[in-house]
Amino acid sequence: MSNYLDFEKPIIELETKIEELNQRASRDGNDFSDEIRRLQKKLGHLQKSTFSNLTPWQKTLLARHAQRPYTLDYIALLMDEFHELHGDRVFGDNLALVGGLARFQGESVVVMGHQKGRNTRENIERNFGMPAPEGYRKALRLMKMAEKFGVPVITFIDTPGAHPGLGAEERGQGEAIARNLHDMSRLRVPIVVVVSGEGGSGGALAIGVGDRVLVLEHAVYSVISPESCSSILWRETSRAEEAAKALKITAQDMSDVGVADRIVPEPVGGAHRNHKEAAENLRQALVEALAELKSIPVKELVESRFQRLRSIASYGSTP
Amino acid sequence: MEWFKKKKIKPSFSPRKVMVAEGMWEKCQNCKEIVYKKEIDKNFRVCPKCNYHFRISADERVRIVADEGSFQEADADLVSTDPLHFKDSRKYRDRLKEGENLTGRRDALVSGEARIEGLPAILAVFDFRFMGGSMGSVVGEKIVRGIEKSLALKVPFISFSSSGGARMQEGIISLMQMAKTSAAVSKLGEAGVPFFSVLTDPTFGGVTASFAMLGDIIIAEPKALIGFAGPRVIEQTIREKLPDGFQRAEFLLEKGMVDMIVERRDMKKTLAGLIRFFRNEHG
Ligand SMILES: [Zn+2]
Repeated sequence: MSNYLDFEKPIIELETKIEELNQRASRDGNDFSDEIRRLQKKLGHLQKSTFSNLTPWQKTLLARHAQRPYTLDYIALLMDEFHELHGDRVFGDNLALVGGLARFQGESVVVMGHQKGRNTRENIERNFGMPAPEGYRKALRLMKMAEKFGVPVITFIDTPGAHPGLGAEERGQGEAIARNLHDMSRLRVPIVVVVSGEGGSGGALAIGVGDRVLVLEHAVYSVISPESCSSILWRETSRAEEAAKALKITAQDMSDVGVADRIVPEPVGGAHRNHKEAAENLRQALVEALAELKSIPVKELVESRFQRLRSIASYGSTP
Repeated sequence: MEWFKKKKIKPSFSPRKVMVAEGMWEKCQNCKEIVYKKEIDKNFRVCPKCNYHFRISADERVRIVADEGSFQEADADLVSTDPLHFKDSRKYRDRLKEGENLTGRRDALVSGEARIEGLPAILAVFDFRFMGGSMGSVVGEKIVRGIEKSLALKVPFISFSSSGGARMQEGIISLMQMAKTSAAVSKLGEAGVPFFSVLTDPTFGGVTASFAMLGDIIIAEPKALIGFAGPRVIEQTIREKLPDGFQRAEFLLEKGMVDMIVERRDMKKTLAGLIRFFRNEHG
């Protein structure tokens, strides 16, 4: 495994050592079992201490990890069937935001999310998971379809942000995001939002208005990227680590301010170490969220979605 | 600038005289002309030489749009609680204090009931001097309360945006104000209460990407810079220079993003006309 982060290095080294001992044992017939057991115990401690004490910046790196499961990975692992649908019917198709019809636990759902690429070629195709307006408009089209046919919506958030570009501005990036926020707030079917990776500002929120918000343990969600925040407020790009801390972007922070309803645990070492386990943890949370929402009458559902947003505030009063 | 050059030979003005001159004259950022300040003021803070619309305070905006003495400010007591105890190169609390010193307000939005040519409406006006008109919890809350007042009184909600976007210093709570204000706009739609959104220089980021682009009628002031991503960010991303006029009000009109461009001197009568249309009273 060549693709790892700095703080993962001691863990990877230890794992490699254990693997070597295992191989030697089977090759030479020597008994290293005591040593292996000792190292595995050490590994367990190291993983636990590393991953329970990640800094917000480390979590940011983990949330952006190139091996982290992406929307299409989760769909493949969680859904029984998936028919991807394309295009906004106005301008084009945007590959940074994917979506379609799926079957989940024996029921129909409309599912969508940002989609990053794992290598340069894919990332060019997917624009690093940064949608243009037509991506958001496709998402809204699919949501309206879900509403029309009375099936719930599941969204996956994983983007550095909406694409900042000439064409995106010409075609109304701001309007596209705003329209989604507006229409999602009154969509007459349940919406479950999964912050699975990087929740980058308005471009993330544009598919993030829902009745339940599930955040993966090491995912982050922020009003601005730590790097941009650093360059604007500190006027230097090198303070991203500090900015990440100051912005309060972790799953726990989301839970503390009532933005997240549930933190979904990740496999030891992060979701990228075991896609299947990450997806299974999420399955459980999704099943429960959808079951809860199903029983709520539509009117009540939409009103409590509004009240949920209405109550996100922090202000005082001085005469 | 000729008179300035002449004096180069014999510098006859004292520093005190320069100060007086500064108070009486103003340089237009656009055409660089030095204009008599009173002339600009009389002209709704618009350059009489080139029609450049100067950025104005929330109070000046209210004075231009509302009938004299009709504005009743609401929620002026709301203040940010600094929920993240945010500190960058400066403390957020110090930035708030500075904004208050500059504007005499506790945050970047001034809102309340007013009359326009005798017709009642709710106004929500950004003051860009207060932390770049950024939207945090107080701004978001005041917008929603303004909308709720509009709903209660069944009178139009009119916003004047001038903002860099969501306020970083309140983190995710600021981001959520985008969803909160947009959701509130949907309540206006449900109730059939009109919303006029006026975009003034500059309107960007989380304000463009929320309530400000959701007006039933979207109006821009001439030459106002309006967009989602800032021009510098776009230039860095696409690594080329942006075309002239990019993200100006006229560009947005051409691209179909705004209904009309209205000069400041015509703003009041335009708004009044729109209110009359939506009131649809006989006569
Ligand atoms: Zn001028």
